[in-house]
Amino acid sequence: MSYATALRCRKCGHEYPLKPLNVCNFCLSPLEVIYDYKSMTKAISQEKLAEGPFTMWRYKDMLPVESDAVDIGTGFTSLVKADNLGRELGLDHLYIKNDGLNPTFSFKDRVVSVAMTKAREFGFDTVACASTGNLAASVAAHAAKAKLKAYVFVPASVETGKLIGAAIYNPVLITVDGNYDDVNRLCRQLVEKYNWGFININLRPYYAEGSKTLSYEVAEQLGWRAPDCVIAPAASGLLFTRIWKGLDELAMMRLIEPVNTHMFVCQATGCSPIVSAFQAGSLHVNPVEPSTIAQSIAIGNPADGYYALRVARQSGGGASAVTDEEAIAGMKLLSQTEGIFTEAVGGVVIGALKKLVASKVIKKNEVTVAFITGAGPKTQDIVADTVQPFNIRPTLESLEEVLNVPA
Amino acid sequence: MVTRQVMFTFPSELVEEPLIYYLGQKFNIITSIRRADVSENKGWVVLELEGEEKDIERGLVWMAGKGVRVDPVSGDLVEG
Repeated sequence: MSYATALRCRKCGHEYPLKPLNVCNFCLSPLEVIYDYKSMTKAISQEKLAEGPFTMWRYKDMLPVESDAVDIGTGFTSLVKADNLGRELGLDHLYIKNDGLNPTFSFKDRVVSVAMTKAREFGFDTVACASTGNLAASVAAHAAKAKLKAYVFVPASVETGKLIGAAIYNPVLITVDGNYDDVNRLCRQLVEKYNWGFININLRPYYAEGSKTLSYEVAEQLGWRAPDCVIAPAASGLLFTRIWKGLDELAMMRLIEPVNTHMFVCQATGCSPIVSAFQAGSLHVNPVEPSTIAQSIAIGNPADGYYALRVARQSGGGASAVTDEEAIAGMKLLSQTEGIFTEAVGGVVIGALKKLVASKVIKKNEVTVAFITGAGPKTQDIVADTVQPFNIRPTLESLEEVLNVPA
Repeated sequence: MVTRQVMFTFPSELVEEPLIYYLGQKFNIITSIRRADVSENKGWVVLELEGEEKDIERGLVWMAGKGVRVDPVSGDLVEG
């Protein structure tokens, strides 16, 4: 059963019933799900959780859903002890949470699985989203599983190759002539006009909760403890805030010791409104025009930017941005030390981690978890330069000549 | 009549301009400020606009033309 009790405004505290609603009517700030933690604590134990399935749904009692989940097998992804990369960077206890291993190859499956389950509970027969890749694929896949109609809106400028990962699940795929602002504006109108479950708009408070399972899993995989340091990317900032919320909840329910995790947020310099605000000591995240190869985090006006900023500050963490070149170097470094091929955003994470360790902000002996949120084949064109094969004739001599083997 | 929730970000040179007043007057839009932070260097205001759809659209284009950044309060909706 669910212990969710209401939606609450994160700014003014005004409460609302559990409905498809994402913004406070009074102060226009985002809403979040709140729970009866007292009852939840009584019902949940490490032993009981361990009996659950090896998916994110082993934590179902800590999520805001009442019915059977729309589950395509998401979660409980590997937490890899990254000794090779750790040595390269100067960390003794580095772990990689590889969420590119989810069914549609990104962490979005966690959030969409919860949002799609709620869409069905609320009685929507149609769901929708606007996306350029990861979210579109995940929504289309979950809608197929839930037998709901899905509309996926995409800026017409997005390359066809990126849409195949969504199109294969047969959603209604709509390309919109116009820039991102035009698509944003259209989607806001659609929410007002049609009775659709918009995955990251009117279902956003529920969608957000799916990300908490990332930190539940990491804590369980570390033997029920929180890491000393977390580094995670930020687009809207939602994932980053929910990793923190997940750890905080575990401590509140006494499943782990009180949390003293330092949260480090990273972005690409071509779209780093949260990192810039952190470094400027500002409380306000100024929107920017994105320009980066890390398109899955290219959100210039992050809805949860302020809250991500606050988590980084309050946890004694930090913020770091890396250039596209550093991100590509990060992708290659992770692949070539740990055998994990990440999308460009993962390269941002590794690049930022490298900087934070080099500047001794993250220390050698700290248990550090880097969150990789999507798999490499999604953005493989950006590392096409790695393909530099030796071309030979089909003879031993030709091979030895190329490899410079002495005769 | 429709409502629209937006955030205006003002650069320093526009902080002293009564642009929200003019927006209401010129385009017949009712403006309801919900949150704001304005200093001498910059400012942002989160507000709800109420009026005819076409007036709000024209009004927002006018604000942007004045150099004010106009964003939805719910953040960017197009995700990666």
